Amino acid sequence: MDGTSGFPANGSGAAAPADLVWPADETQVPDWVYTDRRIYEREQERIFFGRHWNFVGLECEVPKPGDYIRSYVGEVPVVVTRDMEGGFHVFENRCAHRGAEYCREYRGNTERFVCPYHNWTYDLAGDLVAVPFRRGVKGKGGMPPGFDMTEHGLRKFKVSAYRGVIFATACEDMEPVEDYLGPGIREQFDIIFDGTEQVLLGLHRNILPGNWKLYQENLKDPYHATLLHTYLTTFGLFVTSNESDIMVDPIGRHSALLSRRPQGRPDVSEEDSAQIAAYREGLKLNDESVLNFVREFDSSWSGAAMTIWPNMTALRQTNILNTRLIVPRGPDELMMIWAVFGRASDDEEMTRHRLRQNNIFGPGGFLGIEDNEALKFVQDGLRRSMPRVGLALLGDDEEETDTIITERAIRAMYRYYRETMAL
Amino acid sequence: MSGTATADKPREARADRAAFRDLRLEIEEFHYDYADALERGEVEQWCEFFTDDAFYCIVARDNHESGLPLGLVYCEGKGMLKDRAFALRNTEMYAPRYLNLQINNVRVHEAAGTTIRAEANYLLLETLVEEPSRIQQVGKYYDVFERVDGRLLIAERKCVYDSVVINNCLVFPV
Repeated sequence: MDGTSGFPANGSGAAAPADLVWPADETQVPDWVYTDRRIYEREQERIFFGRHWNFVGLECEVPKPGDYIRSYVGEVPVVVTRDMEGGFHVFENRCAHRGAEYCREYRGNTERFVCPYHNWTYDLAGDLVAVPFRRGVKGKGGMPPGFDMTEHGLRKFKVSAYRGVIFATACEDMEPVEDYLGPGIREQFDIIFDGTEQVLLGLHRNILPGNWKLYQENLKDPYHATLLHTYLTTFGLFVTSNESDIMVDPIGRHSALLSRRPQGRPDVSEEDSAQIAAYREGLKLNDESVLNFVREFDSSWSGAAMTIWPNMTALRQTNILNTRLIVPRGPDELMMIWAVFGRASDDEEMTRHRLRQNNIFGPGGFLGIEDNEALKFVQDGLRRSMPRVGLALLGDDEEETDTIITERAIRAMYRYYRETMAL
Repeated sequence: MSGTATADKPREARADRAAFRDLRLEIEEFHYDYADALERGEVEQWCEFFTDDAFYCIVARDNHESGLPLGLVYCEGKGMLKDRAFALRNTEMYAPRYLNLQINNVRVHEAAGTTIRAEANYLLLETLVEEPSRIQQVGKYYDVFERVDGRLLIAERKCVYDSVVINNCLVFPV
């Protein structure tokens, strides 16, 4: 069958719900973008199945021929495979026969997928290769004579692997991933994914009771960094007077929060110490090696927190390297799949250094706990209280990009979002 | 599946079941004190259940079985445990919660000199304000105890959790 046909319509025609009207003031974000089921369904069509590249996994998650992982495009379960020739495939985790979600393991290695219900069998490219009792038994039953296996494979996505990162799209004529990222963002992306061989250290999974866009916003929001994450300021990892740059691609969908950690403890300005309640001078960790920064990148920035629209974040923070895959699960819930990696060239001590440093992120990490808690608080507020608008009014759209107390990147994301969603 | 790697020793191989029974009771008492400290949020006290060079990690079962070392929490040495305790007490933001840590199915596998290898099941129930109680973690401890000055301390605790998809976040250790 034609590779990517058979997907739901990508919403080019249908009008937006008439009762949902965006506020005239661009700094306001209406509650219903986080809570309304119709908006959520429109997002699946126009964003995740629209003209975008979806992040589905890293090459180092499927390092060998025959390796596979479970993953998602939007809310839809998919399987990512590496075939015997090394090529990558992404197809739905739903049998073409009766719809069973056939792949039930987090990861594995196989030559074929057999749906356990009636043993329909697919190869690593998602093509149907066997159907039991096709001719029936004793000349009775079986498939109709015209049944063509090539027309009943799994629905496949177009796939592109760029620098160790696997993307999938339902769109037939997407531009290359390089162009999708754009020059400035691509440059930062290429520093994290620098072409050296990566090695997977492991995954975290968590369900967060919040709308998927809140996670994009969280990583486009430098304002919260020192106010919520007082671990950073307490132990001198980051203060607002550190050199920073908030990079947004020209149409507002991707971003990079870049920061430079000074040697030793940062200079804490009077503004910093006055605004950040938890700052206490001179506090030190018992084990400071956790904060060591082994230089490994050709960049003057020691940290980059990137959002790649619509479902990816990529982070390098000192020697922490991770990606997060955002899986929407209804308006009020997302699942996060964190992939943490190092390099094939790491020795045992470097691997352990990365593992120790990863106490900072993940759903049990010092920053991860706080982000997940804060986003739950937001969704609880939006879901249960009297509707209102949220505010994203700090900073200025034309400001210098080293401005840190700003919500410019969130506003840019919603400009692009409204255009894509025709809202 | 290799999830029960330390549990495959035949029961017949256990020479002295009575001695192991005494040890099991001692370890159970240790677990009850340990759970009590965490339930009360006494995170500084929690650190004192470990040796100075203890290794403590919390690892998702799928990672563990795939040989992937990433920990949700990964601490080498008591210093790192203390730093986590400090952060929980002083810098971390999280919703208030009640914790209930159940530790059971204790099995002693090996006792040689001052070193004891054991395992146990654990279950962490978490209750947030006006929310129903929920299972936050269900898993298994793979432990190495060291007897120091007559007192048992954890030299190594690997917490391997079946509840791979975490309910938002794990705030307190298990």
